[in-house]
Amino acid sequence: MSTETLVPFEEAITRYDPVMGLEIHIELNTATKMFCGCPTSFGAEPNTQVCPVCLALPGALPVVNAKAVESAIRMGLALNCQIAEHCRFARKNYFYPDMPKNFQTSQYDEPIAFDGYVDVEVADPDGSTETFRIEIERAHMEEDTGKATHVGGSTGRIHGADHSLVDYNRAGIPLIEIVTRTIEVPADKAPAVARAYVSHVRDLIGGLGVSDVRMDQGSLRADVNLSLKPKGSSTLGTRSETKNVNSFRSVERAVRYEISRHAGILDAGGTVVQETRHFQESDGTTLAGREKSDADDYRYFPEPDLAPVSPSREWVEELRGTLPEPPAQRRARLQAEWGFSDLDMRDTIGAGALDLVASTIAAGASPQAARKWWLGELARRANEQGIDLDALPIAPEQVAGIQSLIDAGRINDKLARQVFDGVLAGEGTPDEVVAARGLEVVSDDGALGEAVDRAIADDPDAAQKIRDGKHQAVGALIGSVMKQMRGQADAGRVRELILEKLS
Amino acid sequence: MARTDMDQTDLTRLSADQAARALAAGETSSVELTRALLDRIDAVDAEIHAFLHVDPEGALAAARASDERRAAGEATSYLAGVPIAVKDVFATIGQPTTCGSKILEGWMPPYDATAVAKLRAAGLPILGKTNMDEFAMGSSTEHSAYGPTRNPWDTTRVPGGSGGGSAAAVAAFEAPLALGTDTGGSIRQPGAVTGTVGVKPTYGGVSRYGLVAMASSLDQAGPVTRTVLDAALLHEVVAGHDPMDSTSIDAPVPAVVAAARRADVKGLKIGLVRELQGEGFQAGVLARFDEAVHLLADAGAEVVEISCPSFVHAIAAYYLVMPSEASSNLARFDAMRYGLRVAPEGVADPSAEQVMAASRDAGFGDEVKRRIILGTYALSSGYYDAYYGSAQKVRTLIARDFAAAFEQVDLLVSPTSPVTAWPLGDKLDDPMAMYLQDVATIPANLAGAPGLSLPVGLADEDGMPVGLQFLAPATADDRLYNAGAALERLLEEKWGAPLLAQAPTLEGGAR
Amino acid sequence: MSSGISRADVEHLAGLARIELSEAELDRLAADLPAILEHVATIQEYVGQQAAGDDVPAMSHPLPVDNVFRADEVRPSLTPDEALSGAPESEQQRFVVPKILGED
Repeated sequence: MSTETLVPFEEAITRYDPVMGLEIHIELNTATKMFCGCPTSFGAEPNTQVCPVCLALPGALPVVNAKAVESAIRMGLALNCQIAEHCRFARKNYFYPDMPKNFQTSQYDEPIAFDGYVDVEVADPDGSTETFRIEIERAHMEEDTGKATHVGGSTGRIHGADHSLVDYNRAGIPLIEIVTRTIEVPADKAPAVARAYVSHVRDLIGGLGVSDVRMDQGSLRADVNLSLKPKGSSTLGTRSETKNVNSFRSVERAVRYEISRHAGILDAGGTVVQETRHFQESDGTTLAGREKSDADDYRYFPEPDLAPVSPSREWVEELRGTLPEPPAQRRARLQAEWGFSDLDMRDTIGAGALDLVASTIAAGASPQAARKWWLGELARRANEQGIDLDALPIAPEQVAGIQSLIDAGRINDKLARQVFDGVLAGEGTPDEVVAARGLEVVSDDGALGEAVDRAIADDPDAAQKIRDGKHQAVGALIGSVMKQMRGQADAGRVRELILEKLS
Repeated sequence: MARTDMDQTDLTRLSADQAARALAAGETSSVELTRALLDRIDAVDAEIHAFLHVDPEGALAAARASDERRAAGEATSYLAGVPIAVKDVFATIGQPTTCGSKILEGWMPPYDATAVAKLRAAGLPILGKTNMDEFAMGSSTEHSAYGPTRNPWDTTRVPGGSGGGSAAAVAAFEAPLALGTDTGGSIRQPGAVTGTVGVKPTYGGVSRYGLVAMASSLDQAGPVTRTVLDAALLHEVVAGHDPMDSTSIDAPVPAVVAAARRADVKGLKIGLVRELQGEGFQAGVLARFDEAVHLLADAGAEVVEISCPSFVHAIAAYYLVMPSEASSNLARFDAMRYGLRVAPEGVADPSAEQVMAASRDAGFGDEVKRRIILGTYALSSGYYDAYYGSAQKVRTLIARDFAAAFEQVDLLVSPTSPVTAWPLGDKLDDPMAMYLQDVATIPANLAGAPGLSLPVGLADEDGMPVGLQFLAPATADDRLYNAGAALERLLEEKWGAPLLAQAPTLEGGAR
Repeated sequence: MSSGISRADVEHLAGLARIELSEAELDRLAADLPAILEHVATIQEYVGQQAAGDDVPAMSHPLPVDNVFRADEVRPSLTPDEALSGAPESEQQRFVVPKILGED
C-alpha cells in the first residue's frame, strides 16, 4: 500500500477542476416494506420482521407498496422532475449474502422520475450568496438490503473462524435513489456546493414527510463521486466513489479530501483507480475499499414478477397539490414572519437549523430565542462533537421548554446551559433536569435578603459607594450574592434588593 | 360411514368426478379412497417412481377431517375428500419441497403456495409430492436429482417432463388428480406421452405465489388428470386472483366446468397450425392426430389450416427467455438462508463467496447449470439486445400470430408432442434434441395463451399414447374444455372405454 | 453474428453465476453451448427481417396490466423460528454466513 501524497486543497484547485456526482439514498418511512407487508419499525429483534418475500424463500413473489410509489412521485415533483408515464422495475443481478434474492429489484432505464433540478445557495465569505442549479438525472425506487454483522475470529466463537451474522429485518425497506448529473462548479466552491445540495435535499424531502432524512441514522445516505480535470482540459478523469459519509459536514470534507488525493496522484503522473472509498469520520480521510474484480455486469432486465407502473396524469397532479410550498417561498415567508435579517436567515439555513428553529417557534419560543439557542449554544456543542445539529439528542420542543423556564424567571441564561447539559446527557426533560439538579432560581426574598446582607457586610467599601450614589459598584455586590446563591438567583431582583437596602 | 360395494381397484380407477359423486352419495369415504390410493402407491411406485415423498399421515388426517365435515352436514366443495398429488415445485407446509434438486433436499417450507392453500381449503387430501426434472428444466424427468420416473405404459420409456411424476401418478392410478406446472409444455407434453389430460391455463390464471420460479413470465400451474371434466373441476379450485401475485389475473375464473359439461363443437372454427405438423413429427402421431381432427369435423366443427410463421422461432426464443429468467430466479440458492451448504474442497477458511460457489456446483445438476450459464450469457452486457432483447421481440411476434389466427378461428390444434415417449436415456446426450420436443407447446407459454392436451390414441409404431393440443386465446380457457370434452366423448365412444383402460397392468398392482 | 463461446467465456460466466465448475464441467459446457447458441442466435436475424419498417416492441409480460399495488398495511411476518428453519447454521437468532470478502 503506497502512502498517499496529498496536495493541499487550495493548491489543488489552482491546477484542477473537480467534476462531481452526488447520489442520495432516501429510506422511506412507510409502515411496510417495498414489496411485502413486513413492518419497518426500528429496533426489532433480529429476523422478526421477515416473510417469504423479503427472505427470498423459493416461490415468493413481490407486490409493490402503493405508498412507496406515491412518495416517489411526490419526491420527484419536489425535485422538479418529470414523472414517467410508464416505468418498470428491473433486476440488478449480483451476489451478496445480505441481499436475499441475489438481485436487487430496482429501476434501470425507466426510472419513475427524471430530468429535474434544485437550486442551492452557498454563502460567500464576504456575506453574499451564490445560487447553483444542480441537475437531477433521475430518482428511482429500489429496496434496501439486510444487515450483516461481522464476528471476528479472535474475539468471536471458540472455533475461531471469521463469520457474519445476518439479520434480514431491513431487507426490502423502500429506498429512493436520487442521482445528479455531473456537477461542475468553481473548484473553490465545490465542497460547499456539495454540502449545500445534500442539506437542501434533506430539507426538501423532510418537508414532504416521507422520510426521517437523518444522515446519522442512515435514512439519508450520500455517496460522493469525484474526478478531476486539469484546468483548461476537457478530458474527464477517473472517478472515485466515497461512501460512509454520515453528515453534511462530512460531505464537504470528503470532497475536499478527494480533490487533494486525486491531485496528489495526478501530479505524480499516476492514474486514479476507479474504486469505492470509505470516508473516515475521525480524520476526514478516505480509505480504499476492496478493488472490484470483474467490471460489474449487473445483467439488468425488466422485472417479470411486477407489472409496469403508469402513474396517471390525474394522480400526479393530485399529488402535486399535496406538496408543501417551495423552499424559497417558504424561507421568504418565514423570514418575514420571524423578523430575521438576511444575515440571520442565511446563518440559520447555513447551520442546517431552519426546520429546527421553525419547530422551536411552533412550540412557543420567540424567533430570536430559537435562533439564539440553535445557532449559539447548540451549534457550539454540535461542532465540538463533529455532528449535525439534528443529531443532537434534544428536541425543538425541549429547547422551547428551556426558554419558557427562563421567561418565567425560574432559571437564567447561565443556568440554562446546565439544563442543556442535562437534557443532552439524557437525564430527562428540562423540568426534570431542573428539579434533579436543583437549578431553580431562588425567588424567596428572605433568602436573597440574607445573602445581600452578607455581601454588604463583606464589602463595606462597595456598600458605601452605593450609599453615596455610585451605583456602578452594585455589580461587585451582585456578583458576590450570585456566588453565594450558586447562580440561582435572578440578577435583576438582587440588584433591586441591594439598592433598597442601601438607599 | 356407509360401506361400499366398491373394492380397492374400483376406488383407484375412479375419476375425480366419479369419486366426488361417490363421496357425496355416501358410497365411499375419503379415508377409504385415500387408503386405497396409498396402497396403490405402495404397490407400484417402487417401479414407477412418480413420487418423491408420500405423506400417509397428513393425507389420512385431511381425509378424516373431510369425512367429518361431510358427516356434520357442513358445506363442502365439490372435490372435497378427493386426494391429489402435487408436483414437488410447490411449497407445502409439512412436506419437503425439493424441485427435484439436491440443493433443496429435505427443505421444509414454512409456508404454503396459494394453489396448495386452495387445495387444502377445498378439502383435498395431499397424497405426496411428485417427481420432476430439476427445477422444471427438462422434457423427460430424467434430469431429476432423485432418479427418473417411468412411463406406466412402458416402464423403459420416459413419462415426459418436466412434470413426468404428476402425469405418471395419474396414469398409473396412484392419484385421480395432480397439480403440475407448465413453462414450456411441462404439463401438456407429459400428458400427451402418458395418455392423460394436462392443461396450462392462461398466464396469470392460477397464482404463482409459492410456485418455485423457473421463468417468471412463462410459468403457470395447472391440472393433470385422466379426464377433461376432472381438469375443469380442479382448474376451478386452484384458479383465481391472488393479491400475493402481481401477475395474477384480476377477473373471475372462466366457466370451465360448465364448458366441459357442454362439450359441443358444432359451428366451432378450428385452425390446424401448419408449422406444427410436418418434419420432425412421428408418423404415428400425425395419424392419430388427423383421425381426431376428422372426428371434430364430423361433429360439426369447421377445420381450416392456419399459418403462424413465427412459431418456428419459438424454441429459440424460449431457450433465451427461460434460461435468462431462470438464471436470475435461481440465484437465491446460495447456501446462506436455506438449502445445501458445502465447503469447497481443500480450502481452510472459505469465504461466503466460495461456499456459495461450491454449494451451487454440488447442488445443481448438469442441465440446470447449462441453462444458468446460457441465461447469464444472454443477459450479459453486450449480448442483451441480440439475445434476450430479441427473444422478447419474438414473443410479441408470436402473440401477434395468435391474435391474427384467433380472428379467423376459435381454437387452434396441433399434436402436443412431435413424438411418443422415447426410451430412457435416448436423448440425454444431445441437449438440443431434447429441447426440440417442446416445439408445439412452447408458443402458448410465450404468448400467455392457454392450452389443453388430451389423449387421442396410440401410435402404430410403438403402441404409445399420442396427445392432441387445443390452444385458445388468453382468458378463453373455457373453449379448451368445451372442445376437449367433446373430442374426449367422441373418442371414448369410438374406443368403448377411456384410453387408459388399454394401459398395461403394472407388476404388483392390486387387481 | 458469431455464436462462438470459448471455455474462458464459460469460466467468466460461471463466476458471474457463482458456480464453481470443475474442469470437466467447463469442458462439457464449452462443448454443449455452441450448438444451442447457434440455434437461438437465429432469432436476431428473424427479428431484423420482421422489424423492417415496423418496430417490434419487446414483451416482458404476456398480459397487459399495470399499476398492481398493495396498501401500506402490515401483514403477519414469519416467526424467527420459521424464518431460520432452513438455515444451514444460525446463532443469536441470525443467519450464520462465512466471512464475506467483497463489498456492496
